[in-house]
Amino acid sequence: MYELIFDREKCARCKSIPCMTKCQYIKLDTVTAKKEWQKVLDGEDSFILEACTTCYACNEYCPHGNNPFYMIVDRQEKKGILPSPRPIITMWVNQCEPVGKFTVGLLQEKALSYCFLAHFNVLAHGKLFEDLEYSAVYGQEFFCNAVYLHYAKTSLIKERLPKIIENIRKQGIKELVCLHDECYATYTSLAPAYGIEVPFHPIHYYDYLIEKLKALKDKVKPLGLKVAYQRNCSTRLIPEVDKSLDELFNLIGVERAVRKYDRKNALCCAEIIRMAKGPELADELQKKNLDDMQSVKPDYVVFNCPACWDSLATKVAERGMKPIHVIDLCRLAVGEEQSLNLEKMEAEV
Amino acid sequence: MIDIYNELTSIVDKDFVSNKPEELYIYGRDPGLMPAHEPEYVVMPSTVEEVQAIVRLANREKIAIVPKGGGLSLTGLVIPQKGGILLDMKKMDRIIEINEKGSYALIEGGTTHGALKSHLLKNYPHLRHSIPDSPPIATVVANAVIHGQGRLTQQRGFNSDMVCGLEVVLPTGEVCKIGTSAVSDYWFSKGAPLPDLSSLFFGWCGTTGIITKMAVKLYPCKKLRDVMLFLTDRAELVPDIMLKLGRTEMIEDLVVTAQPIPLRYAGNYYILFYITGDSEEELEYKRKYCWHTLWEYFEKRDGGFVSLVPEMKAPLLSMPSKDTTRFADVSKGGGFEYSGPIAPIEKYAVYVKKLEELAVKYNLYYSSAARMIDGGHSMMFSFSYTFNRADAQTMKRAKQALDEAAEYALDNGGVMWKPNLDEQKITIRKMDPNTLELMTRIKKLLDPNGIMNPGNWEVL
Repeated sequence: MYELIFDREKCARCKSIPCMTKCQYIKLDTVTAKKEWQKVLDGEDSFILEACTTCYACNEYCPHGNNPFYMIVDRQEKKGILPSPRPIITMWVNQCEPVGKFTVGLLQEKALSYCFLAHFNVLAHGKLFEDLEYSAVYGQEFFCNAVYLHYAKTSLIKERLPKIIENIRKQGIKELVCLHDECYATYTSLAPAYGIEVPFHPIHYYDYLIEKLKALKDKVKPLGLKVAYQRNCSTRLIPEVDKSLDELFNLIGVERAVRKYDRKNALCCAEIIRMAKGPELADELQKKNLDDMQSVKPDYVVFNCPACWDSLATKVAERGMKPIHVIDLCRLAVGEEQSLNLEKMEAEV
Repeated sequence: MIDIYNELTSIVDKDFVSNKPEELYIYGRDPGLMPAHEPEYVVMPSTVEEVQAIVRLANREKIAIVPKGGGLSLTGLVIPQKGGILLDMKKMDRIIEINEKGSYALIEGGTTHGALKSHLLKNYPHLRHSIPDSPPIATVVANAVIHGQGRLTQQRGFNSDMVCGLEVVLPTGEVCKIGTSAVSDYWFSKGAPLPDLSSLFFGWCGTTGIITKMAVKLYPCKKLRDVMLFLTDRAELVPDIMLKLGRTEMIEDLVVTAQPIPLRYAGNYYILFYITGDSEEELEYKRKYCWHTLWEYFEKRDGGFVSLVPEMKAPLLSMPSKDTTRFADVSKGGGFEYSGPIAPIEKYAVYVKKLEELAVKYNLYYSSAARMIDGGHSMMFSFSYTFNRADAQTMKRAKQALDEAAEYALDNGGVMWKPNLDEQKITIRKMDPNTLELMTRIKKLLDPNGIMNPGNWEVL
């Protein structure tokens, strides 16, 4: 059975434990933080386990790459702590269960992963995907399972993820372009943390787009836009991709506005938090985030994660701002149109 | 010997009378599991006078006559058990009046829910009626006759409770106004302050008369509408959750779904409810209020709200819901039927247990939708099973499961809604004999020759 590879010595040597003291939701001084974190490590009860919003940020704040968030999830499960109501967890467990239905395109050795998100069927077309648009996998059989970190279900990840990886391998895929960066985080952070082997090369779609845009440089017209970027929870597991995003924006002439809730101080979309902690905290977070976006007067609000899009794009539009996905922003730069738009939602009466 | 066909063509244009086998075939069955039986004639009248003349003919010749709306009950209520004349009401589909200040619509007997909805949406967007989750070709009258339920049932009761007047052709051919329209130009009440005679025509499965006009109440149509979804995995909590939500007096409709597929449904009870408002502020207040109404379940982790993304909301907000038709094709072959007792909501947990037991016993896919009625006085609980129409064995098993479900429901506080013939029989068996006697007398009084939809409610 896979077990979390975790170096307790690193924690013992850590003086400031920023993983805890920088938490946006649990206010802790260093002394209390050390004491409570030690309880977590020792398998004792700590209020941290109950209070955690599962925002993933502690993983990014850890200066030692020790994955404290994975430790929290591990301990939550062992203690039977439910970060969200049990039926919500059941729903997630059941709806993503592999059922032997392989949804694949005309696969090549290099393929796109749509994860289990239909948005990518809309997004992954045009010049930027000319060679790969039909080489794609989608659905439960290729679902990365990282979402179960929100639900204290490490055991499920350990059970399902190796099978998912095997499903991908069996398709003959050597390079997997992850359009959902939660997939990339799974294959480059989560799987290694549990010693799960990944027999293919995961590529973050930012890096894929950078290469494509470089190849299409004659067709790229700098957009000259200022954008507010919605940084999602899974980027906390792979913060290095932020540099790629900066490079990508640079290539297409987009300025990433400096705002309070971006980069390490980002706020998540808050819908997982709504289901876990209730509407007040979620509404407060979304308001702070949206106010902050608005304050920089962006030409667009840019989304990376489709789940963030589903949670916030309508609210962004209601405030008079324009939501767009990173891929679509790049499409604009090569003279194409935005493909992922808000559903026209009319209350039918 | 009298030629009924020619008699009918003397009443109605010959294009709207048929005794052709291909048409009789269609009119001899419905989409459910009850055995087919064909009429001898099909006729589509256009006016109340034509209906009267047909009824008089049937009476004179003692021929069975079966009025039919959309034919969507699934329980065989308009399968002509004794042959005779099938009266298809579809041509009587006028929307005669929308009385805006009186908040009612006066329609003909064959007007569909889809037509009324469209008419209101186009011309009176601030008004609405209670739309059932059947296909839009369901007729307003037939749905009320079977005590159908709709999107306003949680707030306003059965769709028949929202009727405010009738015009009926009695089984002996007279035209009779029921309610205030009997003495006034206005159709504002089906009974009060007069004796309420409307109940002579609701729940009788078309055995007491033919409704040629009906007034239905219209209600405010708020500008905004939203849907909320609460899950619990404990069936025994469902009744209290339903009641707590109902007692907020803030929710419009409430339906609890239990089914094993799609997989996201498995292991949970989906409590879906709707809120409306004229402003986002009003909606947001209601959202929060409902959240906090169920906070104790959330805090104990026994239940939680699902954050619904736009693509999930769109199908949930559609009226009527298309989920029923999707469910119908779970067993390829497109068949489903449900046994739907009206029951106390406290029975939810035992009913759902029985639903699952029967699915295992008869190897069937199941689903249940329980709609709260009138703030919690009762619910309609559907024991639904799917079948492949090309597979007689599956159909037989589905019928056995439904029969067993009906027996169980009747033994556990329920009363069958739109009962098929078998369910009518077990209902009659269980009924207070004096009630049965009263029904018998009423039926004899209204339909002395027993021509109206014979076979149904055979209490004589």
